[in-house]
Amino acid sequence: MTHIVVDPVTRIEGHLRIEAEINEGQVSDAWSSSTMFRGIEIILQGRDPRDAWAFTQRICGVCTTVHAIASIRAVEDAIGAKPPPNARILRNLIIASQCIQDHVIHFYHLHALDWVDIVSALSADPKETAALAQSISDWPKSSATYFKSIQDRVKGLVDRGQLGPFANAYWGHSAYKLPPAANLMAVAHYLEALEWQREFIKMHAILGGKNPHLQSFLVGGMATPVDPDKQASLNIHTIAQFKKLIAGAQEFVSKVYIPDLLAVASFYKDWAGYGAGVGNYMVYGEYPLDDEAKPDLYIKPGIIRARDISKVEEFDPSKITEQITHSWYDYAGGEEAALHPSEGETKPNYTGPQPPYERLDTSKKYSWLKSPRYEGVPMEVGPLSRMLVNYVRGHEQVQGLVNHVLKTLGVGPEALFSTLGRVAARGIETQLLVDKIGDWVDELADNMGKGELRIHDNSKWEPESWPADCMGAGFHEAPRGSLGHWVHVKNAKIERYQCVVPSTWNAGPRDSGDVPGPYEAALVGTPVADPEQPLEILRTIHSFDPCMACGVHVVEPGGREITRVKAR
Amino acid sequence: MDEPGSDFRRELEARGVSRREFMGFCSAMAVMFGLPKGATAMIADALENKPKPTLVWLNFQDCAGNTESFLRASKPTAAEVILDLISIDYHEVIMAAAGHQAEANLHSVVENQKGAYIAVVEGSIPTGANGAYCTVGGKSAMQLANEVCGNALATVAVGTCASFGGIPAASPNPTGALGVSDAVPGIKTLINLSACPVNAQNLTATLVYFLTYGRFPALDKLNRPLFAYGKSIHDNCERRAHYDSGQYVEQWGDEAHRDGQCLYKMGCKGPVSFQNCPNVGWNDNTSWPIACGHGCIGCAEPDFWDKMTPFYSHLPGFPGFGKGSDIDKVGFWATIGVTTAFATHTLVHLGKKLVGTGADHAPEGPPERTDEGGAE
Repeated sequence: MTHIVVDPVTRIEGHLRIEAEINEGQVSDAWSSSTMFRGIEIILQGRDPRDAWAFTQRICGVCTTVHAIASIRAVEDAIGAKPPPNARILRNLIIASQCIQDHVIHFYHLHALDWVDIVSALSADPKETAALAQSISDWPKSSATYFKSIQDRVKGLVDRGQLGPFANAYWGHSAYKLPPAANLMAVAHYLEALEWQREFIKMHAILGGKNPHLQSFLVGGMATPVDPDKQASLNIHTIAQFKKLIAGAQEFVSKVYIPDLLAVASFYKDWAGYGAGVGNYMVYGEYPLDDEAKPDLYIKPGIIRARDISKVEEFDPSKITEQITHSWYDYAGGEEAALHPSEGETKPNYTGPQPPYERLDTSKKYSWLKSPRYEGVPMEVGPLSRMLVNYVRGHEQVQGLVNHVLKTLGVGPEALFSTLGRVAARGIETQLLVDKIGDWVDELADNMGKGELRIHDNSKWEPESWPADCMGAGFHEAPRGSLGHWVHVKNAKIERYQCVVPSTWNAGPRDSGDVPGPYEAALVGTPVADPEQPLEILRTIHSFDPCMACGVHVVEPGGREITRVKAR
Repeated sequence: MDEPGSDFRRELEARGVSRREFMGFCSAMAVMFGLPKGATAMIADALENKPKPTLVWLNFQDCAGNTESFLRASKPTAAEVILDLISIDYHEVIMAAAGHQAEANLHSVVENQKGAYIAVVEGSIPTGANGAYCTVGGKSAMQLANEVCGNALATVAVGTCASFGGIPAASPNPTGALGVSDAVPGIKTLINLSACPVNAQNLTATLVYFLTYGRFPALDKLNRPLFAYGKSIHDNCERRAHYDSGQYVEQWGDEAHRDGQCLYKMGCKGPVSFQNCPNVGWNDNTSWPIACGHGCIGCAEPDFWDKMTPFYSHLPGFPGFGKGSDIDKVGFWATIGVTTAFATHTLVHLGKKLVGTGADHAPEGPPERTDEGGAE
C-alpha cells in the first residue's frame, strides 16, 4: 500500500489537498482537505445588508457573480424587496453568461491537460489533424497550415527549454490515449478558447461594468438603467452587442467545444466506469421565467438518490445540515451535532499539524470545509446533478441533448454516473444555455419597446422600510452547483450570515458517521498506474471543477470572540 | 545568420500577427506610459531581443479574481504573455503539473534563478493560527512568501488583498491577514497593483514596462505605479460635468440615472479613489462600473472594506456641495471626514477592535490622495 499526497492540486480555484491510499493499482481510500480560511461571514456581521453582495462576491473570483446573486436574493427574501422584471432578466443574462464562459474555461484550461498530451502534439502530422478537425466540425480554423503554426509555436517553447506553465507535468503517461493528431487539435483549441472567453465575457462588462467582480448588483434590482432612447442606458445598441456576442458563443460551443468533447470522450469511454461517487444528486433550480413569488424555473430543482433515475424528489431546504466532526471548527453542541444553516454556528479551531507538515491525521479533523448533508446523506451538486434531475423530470431540451450525446458515444444513461459523465454534463449544459440565453435578450428588448424601464424596487431601499428583525434565504445554481445564503437582519444590520456552497457539498470531509464526501467517494476505485504521477486522481477531482475558496466559510452568531490579531 | 529578434518575428508571423500589428501594440504601450515617439522602437526592440524573464505567481488567501482578470488581458493577451513574453514557471491555477512536481518547479526557480525572477502574489497572508489559515504543499503562506519573495528580483502584489490585506483583513480580521508589504517587510522592490481585482491592463503594462526598461515604473507613496494610480476617478470621470452642474441620480432607475448623471448621492467613492478606470476601462475598454450605472466603491484604496462602507452612503457634506464644488475641497473634507461620516458603522467595528485587543487603537485615517509627492 502506498500513501500519496497531491498538494497543491493545481488547475483549480483555491487550495485543495488530496491524500490517498493506493492498493494494487487503484485508490482504496481518499481524503479531501481544504487548506485555506478567511472568515468572510464573520467580517459581514454588523454591516449594512445592502453591502453584503460585494463582500460575498469576493468569496470567489472564478465563479464571480454567484455569491452576489445568492446574497441579494437572501436579503430581498428577508426584507421583502421585489425586483422588477428587467432585474430578473438582467440577472438571468449574467448567470447564464457566467455559466457558459466558466464551463468552457474549465474544459480547456482547467481539465483538458488531464486528457491531452501536449508533448505528443509535437509529433502530429498537421494534415491528419486538419482531416480530423474537418471531419467533426465545419469550424473554419482547420487547415493543415494553421495546425502547423500551432505546432511550431509549442515547439518554440520546447526548443528554448522554457516550457513555463507546461513544465514537469505527466507528459508521456500511459493513461494518455489520444493520438497525436487529436492532441494537436486540442492544443490549438486550448489557445482559441483563451481568446474566445476574453471576448464573450464582455457580456459582463456591459451588464456589470467589469469582469471579474461585476459592480451592478443591488438589493431590490440592478444598477444598470434600461432605456432604448438614452445613450447612458442599456439600449438598442446593447441589444445588438448581446446578439453578436451570443452568436459567437453559439458558434464556438457547437462547432468547437461539443465536437472536441465528443472526440476526446470517445477515446476515454472507460472513464464512464470510474468516479461515480456518492450517487445522490441535488439541484436547487435556476433561471426564473416569470415574476411570481414561486416562479417557474428553466432548470428545475429536485433530488435523485442512489442513482435511481426512475424518480425525482422535491427539494426541501429545511433538510440541509452541516457537521464538523472532521473539520477545524467547534460546535457548542458537541462534535456530533448537525445544524441547519439558519441556526448554524462555527468557531474556527485549528488542531492539525503545524506547518510545514508532511501528513494530515485523517482520523481526526483534517479540513477547513464542513460536511453538509441532506437528510443526513451526502449530495453531489453541479452540472451532472442538474442534467440528471432535468432529464428525469422530462425537460425537453435536456433530454434531446443528453440523448444525442449518449447515442454519439454509444453508451446508456448509466454512463453518466462517472467522471466522464460529469465532463459530458458540463458540455450539455453549456449547449443548453447558449441555445436559451438569446430568449432573455429578446425579452429585455420587448420590455424596452413597451416602455417597461423599471430596474429596481425603490420602496424597500431605505432601511426604515424593513422589518426590525427578519431572516431570509437566497438560492442559486452556480456553475459548480447549488449555492445557498442565509441572512438574519436585525435593526438594519447583519446579525448572522451563512453560505453553504457547491464545493463544500462536493469536497467536504467525512461526516460524524465517517461517511465520505463526494470527492472522497468518487476517488475510490480510480486506477493509478504510477503513484509518483497520479494523473488519474486529477481527472476525477477536476471533473467536479473544484472551487475551494468558495467552499470555506464560517458562521459566527452574535459577535463571539474569535482569534484576533492586529487589524491593519 | 538570423538577425536579432528573428525568432520572435517568426513566431508572430506564425500566429498571424503582422509586423504592423506588433508595432501598433508597441505604440499603444508607449502612449499608455506617456513616452516620446522614439519609445515605440525601444519597446519593440526590448520585446524581440531580450531573453524571456521568469515569473512565479503565488496564490494565498485569494479568490483567483486577479488570475481571472489576467486571463482577460488584451494588450497583450494572456496567451501572448505566457507564450512569448515571460516564462510563467509556477501558477497553480493554470499550470499543468500538480503536487510535488509543481512544488519542484517553484523550488527550481528559487534555487537556480535567485535574485533574477519576478514574484507575483495574489491574496493576503494570514498570521493567525501559526500560518495554518493558508497552506500550500504543507507550507504556510508566510513561509512561502518569505522564501519566494525574499529571493526575487521584484515582487508584484496583485489586487488589494496582496497589496494591503484586502477583504480577509477587513474588521475584525479573523485570521490576522496582512498584505505583502506588512507580512514580508524589507522586500527590495515591491509594486502594489491594488484594485479588486487588478485591472489586467495595469498588470500587463507593468510587465511590459519592466521588459522595456529593465526597471519598474515610478510609484506613489503606496507603491502603486503613477501611470495607473496617479489621478482620482473623479478627476477623469465621464460624469464629472453632471457633478459640476449639480445633476445627481436620486433613485435607481430614475430619469437622471438613465441619463448618466452623477452617482455621488448614491454613494460613489470616486472623489477619494485613485485609479485609471475612466481612462483604460475594463475588459478591453468595454465599460467600467460608473459607466455601467453603479458608483465606485474605492476598491484600490487600503482598507476600503472598512473605510468606504456603507457603500451607498454618500461622502460627507462639504462647503458648496451641490453646485460645482471644488474637487480639492472634496479631497480635503474626505481626508478629515470619511471615518466620522460613517460613524455608526465605524464605531461598531472600532468598538469590536478595542474589545478584542484591549489595545489603544485610534481610528485610522481615511484614504489620502496619493498623487502628491510624486515618485519615491
